[in-house]
Amino acid sequence: MGQPRVIIVGAGPAGVRAAETIVAAGLTPIVIDEGRRAGGQIYRRQPENFRRAYTDLYGTEAPRAKSVHDGFDALRDRIDYRAETLVWNIADGHVWTASGTAQEAIPYDALILCTGATDRLMPMAGWDLPGTYSLGGSQVALKAQAVSIGSQVVFLGTGPLLYLVSSQYIKAGAKVAAVLDTSSFTARITALPDLLALPSVLWNGIALTRAIKAAGVPLLTGVTPVAISGDARTGVTGVTVRLGDGSERHFAADAVAMGYHLRPETQLADLARCTFAFDELTRQYLPVRDPDGRADAPTPLYLAGDGARVLGARSAEASGKLAALAALSDLGQPVDQGAIIMLRREVGRYGRFARGLAKAFPWPHQQAAALSDDTILCRCECVTVGDVRRTMDVTGAAETNRTKAFSRVGMGRCQGRYCGHAAAEVIAAHGEFPVADAGRLRGQAPVKPLPIAIGEAE
Amino acid sequence: MSQGRFVRLAERDRSPIHITIDGTRVQAMEGDTLMVAMLTAGGTLRQSEFTDGNRAGFCLMGACQDCWVWTDSGHRLRACSTIAEDGMSVTTSQPGASWANHG
Repeated sequence: MGQPRVIIVGAGPAGVRAAETIVAAGLTPIVIDEGRRAGGQIYRRQPENFRRAYTDLYGTEAPRAKSVHDGFDALRDRIDYRAETLVWNIADGHVWTASGTAQEAIPYDALILCTGATDRLMPMAGWDLPGTYSLGGSQVALKAQAVSIGSQVVFLGTGPLLYLVSSQYIKAGAKVAAVLDTSSFTARITALPDLLALPSVLWNGIALTRAIKAAGVPLLTGVTPVAISGDARTGVTGVTVRLGDGSERHFAADAVAMGYHLRPETQLADLARCTFAFDELTRQYLPVRDPDGRADAPTPLYLAGDGARVLGARSAEASGKLAALAALSDLGQPVDQGAIIMLRREVGRYGRFARGLAKAFPWPHQQAAALSDDTILCRCECVTVGDVRRTMDVTGAAETNRTKAFSRVGMGRCQGRYCGHAAAEVIAAHGEFPVADAGRLRGQAPVKPLPIAIGEAE
Repeated sequence: MSQGRFVRLAERDRSPIHITIDGTRVQAMEGDTLMVAMLTAGGTLRQSEFTDGNRAGFCLMGACQDCWVWTDSGHRLRACSTIAEDGMSVTTSQPGASWANHG
């Protein structure tokens, strides 16, 4: 009998540490990653012919980024690495991959999903205009390509990434017009006890805020987004927000980076039939797993990193190791129980800190009820907030998948990644019931569009 | 908008390459994604098939699919995750694809 087949999806911090742990046990995992180079999004690598130093790219996290990259490079010959490969379905104990026009179905004995996260978005008037980007996207532009998304950029949203990316732009020499946070400053004070779980990370965050202010960039908290203004053909010309005192302020800009924290990419866990449960604090459904990452699913499934729950890159490294140890243990391999206890403690600390972040930078769900009927909810297919409300009124649909069936909200090319959470809030607000009752968009295969010319791999 | 949307902040000493966008030849740099090559030369990537507006990408990490462009032979490319290559030729409108649903 051959060695058990462990498949790891994703080569960010969680996937790399999971792969290291599996290799250390003497097994050869298959590591499947959509990226051209390992590192994931947060530690995304620049192309080979770029020359910027690690500290320029990753700031305080440079040693961690380098360690993840070096860790992966050292594994390179001891794993079956499939770069630029999409996992588009999981069914019957098989992972379905597509690379170029070749596809393959690979059976697994253990599957570790390290699928990462994407930006969590709340729509606003004008967010479909060219020049509006997700906050994470704006960071990718700088990190992976050494460009700014515009010549005058407004950062709008909430969460640690808002401060991290805007300060990275300032440091790189980009012109930042304003940093606009929907969270109030007092929320941060309330969250302090939990944020003190990681004092050094908290301190880094405070230092970023100071750097933004020191650069003379307007930094406003407690704002309500009003509109992104501009021209449908040529793009963004500015951003208007309402301040706490009811007055409005307009900032001229040709680009907007917006995001309200991150949301885990859970479609593959869903296709693997993992159970989901509603998380009251962050107002979203999350896959159910035990503290080590064992998912509640019919086949041996493990979840790690931000793809399970957004706890950040440091936590992803720890949860990647932990999930791999859980998989090894379930496969009957010897594992170090002491290491498991240490890692659980570490992940617990990150969990407490993440709770603090969720309280300090809350998802502004109340905005959904206030969105005007003509606001575009689904960027992909220009389905408006009014379309969804009218769909509910006419058909009585009061659950996200049902509303999707009638209105196509969440059915476009991004498959609900960027409108799904907001759609649930719009539905709940219009129907006047808790957002948990609006349900969650089910993951559908293929999780991303495939070329029609796809065929079996040799 | 003939001016570029994206602004280069560093890594400006790479070898030049040339790509063709809707028949116009523009200069880019080796290592640019197709998206960066197009948006340092112009303002948008494609026409939205549901409104009369243009689009210029959104997530830059292969999740939103807003940055589709087409090769001359009609093959679809995701501009944010495709590396620009010297001699590449793309179009920014998908022929026959327009389904305005508002106004």
